[in-house]
Amino acid sequence: MHYVIIGAGPAGVNAAEHLRQYDPLGQITMLVAEDVPPYSRMALPYYLADNIPSEGTYLRKQTGHFEELNIELLQGRASAVDTSAKRITLLGGKTLDYDKLLIATGATATRPPISGIDLDHVHNCWTLKDADKIIASTKPGSHVVLMGAGFIGCIILEALAEREVDLTVIEMQDRMVARMTNQVMGNLIKDWCISKGIQVKTSTGVTSIEQGKDSPLMVHTNQGESLPTDVVVCATGVRSNTVFLDGSGIEIDMGIVVDDYLQTSVPDVYAAGDVAQGRDLSTGEYHVQAIQPTAVEHGRLAAHNMVYGHGSPHPGNVNMNILDTAGLISTSFGLWMGVEGGEEAEMSDIENFKYLNLQFHEDVLVGASSLGMTQHVGVLRGLIQTGCHLGEWKDKLMEAPNRLSEAYLACAQSQHKAMGPG
Amino acid sequence: MQKSLHIDPGKCTGCLQCEAACSLVNEGAVNPSKSRIKVFTFHDEGRFVPYTCTQCDEAWCMQACPVDAIVLNPENGSKDVLNDICVGCKVCTIACPFGTINYNTSTGKVIKCDLCGGDPECVDACPTQAITYVDANATGLDKMRAWAAKTDNAAGA
Repeated sequence: MHYVIIGAGPAGVNAAEHLRQYDPLGQITMLVAEDVPPYSRMALPYYLADNIPSEGTYLRKQTGHFEELNIELLQGRASAVDTSAKRITLLGGKTLDYDKLLIATGATATRPPISGIDLDHVHNCWTLKDADKIIASTKPGSHVVLMGAGFIGCIILEALAEREVDLTVIEMQDRMVARMTNQVMGNLIKDWCISKGIQVKTSTGVTSIEQGKDSPLMVHTNQGESLPTDVVVCATGVRSNTVFLDGSGIEIDMGIVVDDYLQTSVPDVYAAGDVAQGRDLSTGEYHVQAIQPTAVEHGRLAAHNMVYGHGSPHPGNVNMNILDTAGLISTSFGLWMGVEGGEEAEMSDIENFKYLNLQFHEDVLVGASSLGMTQHVGVLRGLIQTGCHLGEWKDKLMEAPNRLSEAYLACAQSQHKAMGPG
Repeated sequence: MQKSLHIDPGKCTGCLQCEAACSLVNEGAVNPSKSRIKVFTFHDEGRFVPYTCTQCDEAWCMQACPVDAIVLNPENGSKDVLNDICVGCKVCTIACPFGTINYNTSTGKVIKCDLCGGDPECVDACPTQAITYVDANATGLDKMRAWAAKTDNAAGA
């Protein structure tokens, strides 16, 4: 049995390791697109902030890890997949036959179609090479315009702030990290950033970038401003890497469409991680979640199903995020924006940048978001994932949302359901 | 022989010596907010429940770590954070559905129970044997279920 994995991010690497665990004798080949050992994009901001060397971003630290597991790492990018012949073509023309295929190609950072977006000194921050370019072109005091204050933008923001650059953030939405915060939290994060000396312009779009006279670049906004800057970092969005699947017969929507076994529309072809449009536990709908915990769980589940067949369907992943914006920590879980007919409990200490919001459907916690909270935040996942009935604790939480851990101990652990694979 | 923490909330008096010992030995100062074991107080029932990582087999934290900073200790089955490798991304703190791995804002790393390398200080500090260190034959999930059932009964929930 020859298993081929396209992609060597967290989903691909976890899948490879689990394939080896489940099938000690199978042949496993993992295609690595970039010219570096498998690494974590999530760790790039810490590299950018000079907290770790580039090796610190590697997904596995032990030398010879993949050789020891008899997992072959093959340098290359897939350019086409012929699903009837079960054959992958690589850029450069080489081919690779598979019995079972896992597509874990992740996503690529995109740039908005505005004039000047391809000028020198405009960078993404998505790969180790991107990070190297930003490191080479910034020093303390450099002027940097960051386009996009979404999740990725905010993580990069933290790293840029640590590089002590003079930072201006431009976000089209009316608040920061709109996809994981309500208005209260988004505003608090903005106020926090401003208090740290970062300029934040929300409800603002960049209309064009041109070469500057006194500085390398000039950024123009739809608010009529012109900002001279040394560097522009673009964090406005990503798209799933699926172009090479054109003509393969594999169904693509926002990502690769998968069923509850992570199989694509074509038998023996699976998808996992940021490229896969998998089931969301909370909504039952299929979304590209693009988060680390989902990527590793997808990797493990796909490997399980590729080896053992389709036993029990995957109930879906809890969408969740944790973000550190210049030292202010925020989280969001599940249906943090609430559900129709649901109730919410809110606790805020605006002055101290603390906030907690719980969303219930009847006596079940279905979503939550928090700011400035670092202790026992995982119980939010536990409560949402187990769907446990809070009973009298629901009323207690409505009055005092911060009694979460107690509620968890009193309810979830006694109604604990297995949360393992499958 | 692998051993694990056994917690009997019925014996806990809420003296918090476990928290003091844990933070003193692991963080160098008596600071319950940095303790890896936490005693929750159920005022209504006058009960106390010590709570920490059960070193579960699923190891959600270890699986979710993007940089291989959480490793299995083959000696005692604990999942240990390697401080030199941890970048402080905190993804493990949301991945763990038990909430027993937490971010330490003063070090920029995460902390969790590592059974003190095989000689848990909380056990030594507990004056009522509410926390004991026992042979662990059961799987992580069985441990969790057994533990949960005890919590359930003891907390009267």
